[in-house]
Amino acid sequence: MMELQRFPGGIHPEEHKQESSSRPIHAAFVPKKLVVPMRQHIGQPSKPIVKVGDRVLKGQMIAEADGYVSVAMHAPSSGIVTEIGLAAVPHPSGLPDLCITLSTDGRDEWAARTPIDWRNTDPAALRGHVRELGIAGLGGAVFPSSIKLDPAGGPPIHTLILNGGECEPWITCDDRLMRERAEDILEGARIMQHLLGAEKLIAGIEDNKPEAIAAMRAAAERLGLAIEIAAMPTLYPGGGGKQITKTLTGLDTPSGGRTTDVGVQVFNMGTSYALARAILHGEPLISRIVTVTGHVLQPQNFEVLIGTPISELLLHAGERDGTTGVIMGGPMMGFDVPDMDVPVVKATNCVLAKSKELFPPKPRELPCIRCTQCVPVCPAELQPQQLYWFARARDLGRAQEYHLFDCIECGCCSYVCPSHIPLVDYYRFAKSEIWAREKEKRLSDIARERHEFRLFRQEREKKEKAERLAAKAQTKRAEAPAPGDAEQDAKKKLIREALARAQARKAAVTPKNTDNLPPEKQAEIAEIEARRAKIVEIAKQPVEPEQH
Amino acid sequence: MLTAILVMAGIAVALGAVLGFAALRYKVEGDPLVEKIDAILPQTQCGQCGFPGCRPYAEAIARGEADINQCPPGGEEGVKKLAELLGVEAKPLDETHGVTKPKSVAYIDEALCIGCTLCIQACPVDAILGAAKQMHTIIASECTGCELCVAPCPVNCISMVPLKEDLGSWKWKYPVFRLRQAT
Ligand code: SF4
Ligand code: SF4
Ligand code: SF4
Ligand code: SF4
Repeated sequence: MMELQRFPGGIHPEEHKQESSSRPIHAAFVPKKLVVPMRQHIGQPSKPIVKVGDRVLKGQMIAEADGYVSVAMHAPSSGIVTEIGLAAVPHPSGLPDLCITLSTDGRDEWAARTPIDWRNTDPAALRGHVRELGIAGLGGAVFPSSIKLDPAGGPPIHTLILNGGECEPWITCDDRLMRERAEDILEGARIMQHLLGAEKLIAGIEDNKPEAIAAMRAAAERLGLAIEIAAMPTLYPGGGGKQITKTLTGLDTPSGGRTTDVGVQVFNMGTSYALARAILHGEPLISRIVTVTGHVLQPQNFEVLIGTPISELLLHAGERDGTTGVIMGGPMMGFDVPDMDVPVVKATNCVLAKSKELFPPKPRELPCIRCTQCVPVCPAELQPQQLYWFARARDLGRAQEYHLFDCIECGCCSYVCPSHIPLVDYYRFAKSEIWAREKEKRLSDIARERHEFRLFRQEREKKEKAERLAAKAQTKRAEAPAPGDAEQDAKKKLIREALARAQARKAAVTPKNTDNLPPEKQAEIAEIEARRAKIVEIAKQPVEPEQH
Repeated sequence: MLTAILVMAGIAVALGAVLGFAALRYKVEGDPLVEKIDAILPQTQCGQCGFPGCRPYAEAIARGEADINQCPPGGEEGVKKLAELLGVEAKPLDETHGVTKPKSVAYIDEALCIGCTLCIQACPVDAILGAAKQMHTIIASECTGCELCVAPCPVNCISMVPLKEDLGSWKWKYPVFRLRQAT
């Protein structure tokens, strides 16, 4: 039995797992309409490769990966493409994004599926398949898995961790997945271990999921897979990548770094399962397990086709009166969905219906009293009250000095804050402001460079012109017949004659269509010429700043 | 595959070298203060400050010949940063030089464009593509929104389009102003 370590900070929020964990996963249903957003993963949005009116089969690629940090997208069921355009998506901004909408035909007809012989496939090609099959992290970050599975360019990966922490309250999708489909998860882990070359394979599961732990252990035995399955103490946010790495390996991720810096790669259970389905069965990522819980009649986990509207999912779980809103994700790190018709996406692990009783309105934000209760609970060992102070004052430089970017937005600090300050909102504001400024800086650097290049080019052109003129003047001077150079002279004479002939020819054929015109036409031409001159004049003028 | 990657990498390196060389070649030998001021200026190169570009304005500030509040694209925030750098009092933007507008990019109505190249000659960052008598288009990612190409166009086919916020450019708002649902 391995020895577990304790990560710093953490809290024990009410679990609320029982509500949904006792029922088995409900099989997928096919809604009439599926809306597949092109931006479901971190990185470049996928690029549509179908047209409106196309008939597509279940699992058929409908959008390709665009660039390295991207994945492909597939039709979750068979049907007709009815729209490619902006539609509501689950995002805290409430802004629409590019989506492909399908009208399903109810036949749920699969495209050809080709399992991949991964043991005899070149690793780079195998990673290519992972990308083409749309696999991205299902734990919430949705980072393209093909990149995480590439060990090149970093320190060697010695340990692969399967993350079964599922520490957020209410969410039980990984729990049910482990109970019901443990073998597939482990098959996926085998492929990942092969790609990463990791010697060690550990699964970390919080000890509030004893059935899942038992199921995983039994499956490992059946498969004869060398994996350590550890029961971790239940503590939020124990499922964070850095936290689970600390718990299982004792290794500390450096500030500003990733777990791969210490040789550990972490994958979510659902991702491992999706990878196994993709490689071993040729099924792209077109569905996932979603916990539908909170204020619904029958809280349960569902296998859900990507693109299924949330409203429809709520109907299946039994919508109740008095629903005050829906959170996508858990109560700690999730966000309110702006519109009930937004689709389930690859990141959707939970759909949590709110009511006044379950989620009473937050009390008003009060000033920070510097009680420092937020400090000991922070798993990143930050000073949340200081970060808050700087973010609030828009002092972004200081916030960064205090390691703002090590904040994992877990919400432990806001959870304990007696002043009910939405601390994480301030950190998110500060982070996105810093990102925006960095982007602005990059753009202005490019503009500076291009402007300087233009000045350089103009300078060069001017110089070249001057040189050309100087050279011409020189040849003119040299044209005075140099005695004794008869050959040159003869050549020049030939050229001169040829030129004269050409000029004569040109004069003969140039149509003189402006002569012999009636006076009105002449006037018109003069007017046009004047207008032309004026335009040229305007263009030459420097632009005056607009004065209001 | 590998050769393709190598070829591409080679081209990238060569182009990089050319740019790098150019950057070195015509880099104005730097007064560090000018560099610092220029780093704060937004590089829109619009000339609203009364100078033919950001760098000349930076030089004028460094020489003490221009005030720090003449750059509308930089806005109040830019003035604040300049004040901080120079250790002087910040002041409101001098509105005779124009007002701060939301960032826009130029858009050419390609159906109207007559290919006169006047806009190309006006663009300070070479963000317009086109040849004589062919319609022109703007490389939106390079356009600084300086508006210098708008006036010279003889057929008025260039307009400034404010950049719309989308998911890629969206920012978390300052919490105090966030609308909370009445739950
Ligand atoms: S817990 Fe809240 S009130 Fe206390 S120091 Fe932290 S932010 Fe301030
Ligand atoms: S949200 Fe950030 S600052 Fe607050 S406890 Fe979590 S990691 Fe620490
Ligand atoms: S006004 Fe225009 S040219 Fe002058 S500093 Fe500002 S952005 Fe640069
Ligand atoms: S395209 Fe027009 S607005 Fe954009 S940078 Fe060039 S001149 Fe300025």
